[in-house]
Amino acid sequence: MIWAGVVVASAACYGLKLAGLSLPRRWLQDPRLQRTVPMIPVALLAALVATQTFATGRHLVLDARAAALGVAAIAVVLRAPFLVVVAVGAATAALLRFL
Amino acid sequence: MVDARRGIVRDALGIAVASGAYAISFGAISATSGLTLVQTCFLSLVMFTGASQFALVGVIGAGGGVWAGVATACLLGMRNALYGLRLSSLLEVRGWRLPVASHFVIDETTAMAIARDEPQKSRFAFWVTGLALFALWNLGTLAGALATRALPDPKVLGLDAAPPAAFLALLAPRLRAREPQAIAAAAAVIALVVLPFVPAGVPLLVVAVLVGLYGARSRPR
Repeated sequence: MIWAGVVVASAACYGLKLAGLSLPRRWLQDPRLQRTVPMIPVALLAALVATQTFATGRHLVLDARAAALGVAAIAVVLRAPFLVVVAVGAATAALLRFL
Repeated sequence: MVDARRGIVRDALGIAVASGAYAISFGAISATSGLTLVQTCFLSLVMFTGASQFALVGVIGAGGGVWAGVATACLLGMRNALYGLRLSSLLEVRGWRLPVASHFVIDETTAMAIARDEPQKSRFAFWVTGLALFALWNLGTLAGALATRALPDPKVLGLDAAPPAAFLALLAPRLRAREPQAIAAAAAVIALVVLPFVPAGVPLLVVAVLVGLYGARSRPR
């Protein structure tokens, strides 16, 4: 099942790249499309941050991940590199569970 | 041109090294989410677009179901089609180069290519960034996945808290203006409000539909 998802999603993502480079330009030049598409990653990434921090399955929970996100946010504000942001987030959760 | 090329190569290597480090965290998160080493490396080789890869393995890891993850990955990949549109006049690729160039149409290569003042430099920047990033992205993924496989219990290292931090790091550069900030805040709240009432993974699709409706109905400024 995971393999099917991996292959389908990979093929679709490649297809989107190929379409952008090869489809007639006017197909993708609709102003509403141009405005809406960049909003999608913003909304989805924000929703991913929220649901993966404050939920387990279908239950809202507040646990070590919330503190981890807070520390990661500080790292982002301080313009830390990507790997550092992820590492301090993970380390915060690990530390809180250890205590 | 020689000096310009040297500068472009330096910038491209810097971006590729940073992305390689970020790929280490992708490899680690993917392995923790239950994907095999081969599946993890397949994603970096064939999907090769960071946010979509993180979303797919993040949703699977959180128990959201494979197909909700696939849908989210595809929605995130839509922006690459618009990048391709912007790049097509700059790159002018034809023949066998078209499928190869398509593979490299991502945030970083687009940013590097459109920042140049001549098409020749744009093309050079696109290819150098694409090749360097592809190499280090895949090496980083392999390293991260191998390192994580060696761990007895990834949760002890807090690796389940890594995906939200990764998504936050991907989101932050997109929040410079008021409108995206408002969209992000609304999306986070809406996702949490609907979450208890729908199957796992579906809150993301609800948010995607709503932002699509908002974008289609609002007037361009």
